[in-house]
Amino acid sequence: MTTTAGTAAPAGTAAPAATDQDLLYSEVEDDLRASVRALLADRCPHTAVLARCEGDEPHDPALWSALAADLGAAGLAVPEERGGHGASWRETAVVMEELGRSAAPVPFLGSAVLAAAALLGCDPRRQEAAELLAGVASGTTAAALAVDFSTAPGAEFPCAVRADDAGALTGRVTAVADAPAAQVLLVPAIGPDGPGLYAVDAAGAGVSTAVPPALDLTRRIGHLDLDGAAGRLLAGPDRARAALERALLTGAGMLASEQLGLAEWCLEETVRHVRGRTQFGRPVGSFQALKHRLADLWLEVVSARAAARSAADALASNAPDADVAVAVAQSYCADVAVHAAEECVQLHGGIGMTWEHPAHLYLKRAKADQIALGTPGRHRARLAGLVGLPPV
Amino acid sequence: MTSNPTAVDAGELRRRVAEFLAGHDPAGTDRLEFLRARFDAGLAWVHYPVGLGGLGAPRTLQPLVDAEFAAAGAPDNDPRRNGIGLGMAAPTILAHGSEELKQRLLRPLWTGEEVWCQLFSEPGAGSDLAALATRAVPEKGPDGDGAGGTWVVDGQKVWTSSAHLARWAILIARTDPDLPKHRGITYFVCDMTDPGVEVRPLRQITGEAEFNEVFLTGVRIPDSHRLGAVGEGWRVAQTTLMNERVAIGGGPAPREGGMAGVVADAWRGRPEGRTPELHARLMRLWVEAEAQRLAAERLRQQLAAGGVGSEGAGMKLGFARLSQALSGLEVELLGAEGLEYDDWTMRRPDHVDFTGREAGYRYLRAKGNSIEGGTSEILRNIIAERVLGLPAEPRSDKDVPWKDLPR
Ligand SMILES: Cc1cc2nc3c(=O)[nH]c(=O)nc-3n(C[C@H](O)[C@H](O)[C@H](O)COP(=O)(O)OP(=O)(O)OC[C@H]3O[C@@H](n4cnc5c(N)ncnc54)[C@H](O)[C@@H]3O)c2cc1C
Repeated sequence: MTTTAGTAAPAGTAAPAATDQDLLYSEVEDDLRASVRALLADRCPHTAVLARCEGDEPHDPALWSALAADLGAAGLAVPEERGGHGASWRETAVVMEELGRSAAPVPFLGSAVLAAAALLGCDPRRQEAAELLAGVASGTTAAALAVDFSTAPGAEFPCAVRADDAGALTGRVTAVADAPAAQVLLVPAIGPDGPGLYAVDAAGAGVSTAVPPALDLTRRIGHLDLDGAAGRLLAGPDRARAALERALLTGAGMLASEQLGLAEWCLEETVRHVRGRTQFGRPVGSFQALKHRLADLWLEVVSARAAARSAADALASNAPDADVAVAVAQSYCADVAVHAAEECVQLHGGIGMTWEHPAHLYLKRAKADQIALGTPGRHRARLAGLVGLPPV
Repeated sequence: MTSNPTAVDAGELRRRVAEFLAGHDPAGTDRLEFLRARFDAGLAWVHYPVGLGGLGAPRTLQPLVDAEFAAAGAPDNDPRRNGIGLGMAAPTILAHGSEELKQRLLRPLWTGEEVWCQLFSEPGAGSDLAALATRAVPEKGPDGDGAGGTWVVDGQKVWTSSAHLARWAILIARTDPDLPKHRGITYFVCDMTDPGVEVRPLRQITGEAEFNEVFLTGVRIPDSHRLGAVGEGWRVAQTTLMNERVAIGGGPAPREGGMAGVVADAWRGRPEGRTPELHARLMRLWVEAEAQRLAAERLRQQLAAGGVGSEGAGMKLGFARLSQALSGLEVELLGAEGLEYDDWTMRRPDHVDFTGREAGYRYLRAKGNSIEGGTSEILRNIIAERVLGLPAEPRSDKDVPWKDLPR
């Protein structure tokens, strides 16, 4: 799949930034954060996550239903009249931060972000799509968007799956995020009239999902094989392309907030550790070599927070330069999260290398997130086109 | 600093600016007269108190006022000529000065009639500013300690930007060498026209001399020009230094403001210099600059909402790193043209523009960004200790009388 270099800005200009962005957290967002954090502290301690990730069911269905349905987190970005809670991607981003902080094994990104955003792009008058969106928003249905998780916004519409006249789908899609937890798959496919988005029951005939061991222990991927699987059309050529693009853009923007939360946890945990650990007769955190590294990391996290908030705000308000804000946030936050997780392992010393300590959950999530929805380099290449800085 | 943040809102400010402009035609009024009147109307720095150039309005409304004046074609106070005065001296005078000093000093400071400089660093006291050796000795105060009388100052300062233009200086000097170093320092306002002040240019790597050596020999300072109590100078200096870091790193900037814009324009204008490696670096730095701009904007929103911004110290650190990386990239992008330099002539500029002149100058001037106003290493120490709460390194200089410290 190739990335197209966005629409070029007129030569000699960068797209001006939206000036009225709110980069802070509202009171409502703070309250939401507190509820999600309390739930995760109660239901998702690291010991439980570690125990679960070696079992057959890496995601936690009970936690998922408490978060998605009881707390209503899955429907935050969906308007009330379409079965959601009528908040926005800003609030959803706060949930993503908290999920990043706890490396929680729930299919939130796959279902409440990628699938929900794709369904929001479908015609609300199409009953099939409307019902599915309501199910996803209420947290009763977990869906997954059947695209390769490394796909970046701006990618060509995938053509690996074909739909026949009767809506039977055939083809293979690798590395679908949260597919193992999904009841419904949203499959972009080329139908008789062109690009379409189809719903397929994950447990239906002609669908097989292989679940490989994944680098990220807390977010599983699945390889889908579709062999004449029954698909229900959600969006035809008029909307499918835009719906998919919006989903990828939204996913990449929301992922930046997950990366922020993840980096915050790593920084805090590392600071806590180096303050308490004594070697050479003093806390190792009093050695300047470590203090300076952590000060630099802190500054990265400060900038990551601003970039992630900017992307969330741009998506929430449908800002015309949302693609720039997302490319900035995703390319920046992805590297910050990896850096934070790597420092976390290193500054914990030997204990950071153990299976028992949770640092590796974050390292694995951070490294997988760096590839997810476009590597930083891919986002920078796209940005170059968007802001008029061509490579040659 | 804001006495009553809700008293004057945006609408009220717009109204007052319009009223002021109706009474003072920007085209027909003498520049200084206009600026003085603007100060007296409280429209200079609106967050300052009434009577001192402000209206006690929220600080965040200042850009609105500046924009209204600019749109009317009004003269401004050329803030780049008096950065130290506006950014550092003024907030310190406001916070610690007597009513009399505020009345005397703030108006000509704001209008630019009187330029200020900062007499802090010394040959033996840079990062370790509290080690400074310049002495201030009471001459003949009624109670024998200088209070109410005159101080006599002797010593040498260095790297003093704008000293050659300055009418006044903020000065810290040692008043008690028997105390540990942080405790024996007092803060003064120094008259640069005193016959004991000698300013010699100090040429820098760009060829010109922004900064100077300043020799202080028997300089007489009235006690009424002291800011804060005797021996409290270190605490007072913190006001100055915190404002310095905000002033250098945290100004409002549009996307592609500053060096990022200079380099982006160079890229757009010179297709012949483009290589994949330069492009990869350019895009990385562009993204970092945008993230940094958003972080500064977020900090401003936090301050406006009445929150604290411990992030302030980080802004200058990030700014220095980025301006150096970007200006270095620009020189490379120029290829053979980057081998030339516009002018090595020794000059004493009357203002500093980090993005001014040509690429070679910008590259060299940016080197100062990680030294002036606290080095990047010192800023990392501050972040690590004050923001992250990491323990200080063991120190041997804190409780020893200053006179007994190794030098
Ligand atoms: C362009 C420019 C303009 C200036 N203008 C002014 C001015 O107007 N007024 C004024 O008073 N001063 C001014 N300065 C001085 C500036 O504040 C000092 O140069 C600065 O504080 C560093 O002090 P120093 O030069 O003595 O270096 P030093 O303190 O000797 O530092 C040398 C090196 O050691 C490092 N270092 C020192 N202590 C530590 C530590 N504890 N941990 C780790 N590393 C450390 C430093 O980071 C630096 O890399 C200016 C400087 C420049 C470059």
